[in-house]
Amino acid sequence: MNTTLTERILGGDVRSAGRLMRWVDDDLPEARHELAALYPHTGRAYLVGVTGNPGSGKSTLVNALVAHLRASGKTVGVVAVDPTSPFSGGAILGDRVRMQQHSLDRGVFIRSVATRGNLGGISRSTPAMVQVLDAMGFDVVIIETVGVGQDEVDIVRLADTNIVVTVPGLGDDVQAEKAGLMEIADIFVINKSDQTGADRLLRELRTMLHLRPRDAATEWTPPVLKTIAVRDEGIDTLLTNIEAHTSWLSAHGARHQRDRTRAQQFVRLIVTEALSHRLNHALASSDWQSTLDALLARTQNPHDAADALLNAILEPR
Amino acid sequence: MSQEPKPRTYRVLIGKPGLDGHDRGAKVIARALRDAGFEVIYSGLHQTPEMLVRIALQEDVDCIGLSILSGAHNTLMPEIVRLLEAEGAGDIFVFGGGIIPENDIGPLKEAGVRAIFTPGTPTTEVIEYLREACANRYQ
Ligand SMILES: Nc1nc2c(ncn2[C@@H]2O[C@H](COP(=O)(O)OP(=O)(O)OP(=O)(O)O)[C@@H](O)[C@H]2O)c(=O)[nH]1
Ligand SMILES: [Mg+2]
Repeated sequence: MNTTLTERILGGDVRSAGRLMRWVDDDLPEARHELAALYPHTGRAYLVGVTGNPGSGKSTLVNALVAHLRASGKTVGVVAVDPTSPFSGGAILGDRVRMQQHSLDRGVFIRSVATRGNLGGISRSTPAMVQVLDAMGFDVVIIETVGVGQDEVDIVRLADTNIVVTVPGLGDDVQAEKAGLMEIADIFVINKSDQTGADRLLRELRTMLHLRPRDAATEWTPPVLKTIAVRDEGIDTLLTNIEAHTSWLSAHGARHQRDRTRAQQFVRLIVTEALSHRLNHALASSDWQSTLDALLARTQNPHDAADALLNAILEPR
Repeated sequence: MSQEPKPRTYRVLIGKPGLDGHDRGAKVIARALRDAGFEVIYSGLHQTPEMLVRIALQEDVDCIGLSILSGAHNTLMPEIVRLLEAEGAGDIFVFGGGIIPENDIGPLKEAGVRAIFTPGTPTTEVIEYLREACANRYQ
């Protein structure tokens, strides 16, 4: 019975997978070895990102998508991200309240995650959590992000298909935001289209999309779809469009490109974190305090001080 | 659990098993725990013991807090403890709150429920207790 965590995860053990996800989330050194062992088993899952305004119905939509995917025989992993309270560091993770119907389905694994200060709409740990689900063999992994603006959307580099959810009646001040989200959407969903203004929003979004010059031969044109997630309406069409996007990516060699981007992004993240860790360490040293004194006395200049710091950080360990 | 590395944040599942539709108490404790730095997974209403145990495993929580107002605590709470043990997850401890008569507390604890907080218990006391009980899992 002395199996490793990795072996148990590959064998489908839910608790072991849950445990590794926690190690990843806590950035514990124990996670590294397990993730390395799982990596050769990743790369098969299809990743779908669901992002959009808070309260737009993302979780309800994910719930409906999972139901349809299950009906077609696919297994589904979900990583649902909710915000961490900046005041306490705690969080209430409530996305799965809308996904209750799948709790007992062995073909579904739902994990709630807190942002823990990360700004890109997902947690720092989300890509590795997705890898765990991927290695376990889930056919599709859906990532629900916290609603964010256009600036830092980490999900773009993680998912194969990005769904942006918006709703009618948000007012004109969100126009600019919509324009930003335009850049990341592979599929636009107008959810809550049982509410007034859905058709107007549909026309607006289609117009905005057409205003943007696009080379139809090399660029995917995002469809704009209406759904009523609470009533399970429009979900079939959404799935058809996800499949169409998948085929388009494959036909244009873009699926492979997304894989490359994802792998690079993953390594970039690790390096960025290691560097930032070392920088903080260097800034806590007494050497740096003397450099700081020299800077204040104007006997040292910022660029030379930065060079010295860089050398200290990049010293092999 | 002693060989397990210590986590950075404790994770608690707040569950509402059974038929009663009152989640005010559950939400109050969820918010208090969030404000004390816990990560709280909220299950929503009308969960079966099987569902809650499944969630606890997927979410790798330290404990499950149950809020029951329907009077069904004597069956639901021990059932969850039993299912956790059957899954080899008896180290995840169960605590409860709600309308629970004094006379039921002893038998519930004997059935493996770690703590019962009766109405009027200050949330600070609950938090204090959970901090210590969670920390003890990694001693
Ligand atoms: N009228 C209507 N309400 C909906 C629809 N879809 C979801 N809702 C409701 O909108 C509310 C928010 O739904 P969620 O699925 O939690 O939204 P979310 O985007 O995941 O919310 P956050 O994760 O908190 O940002 C709930 O009360 C849903 O029942 C819809 O199509 N029509
Ligand atoms: Mg949600």
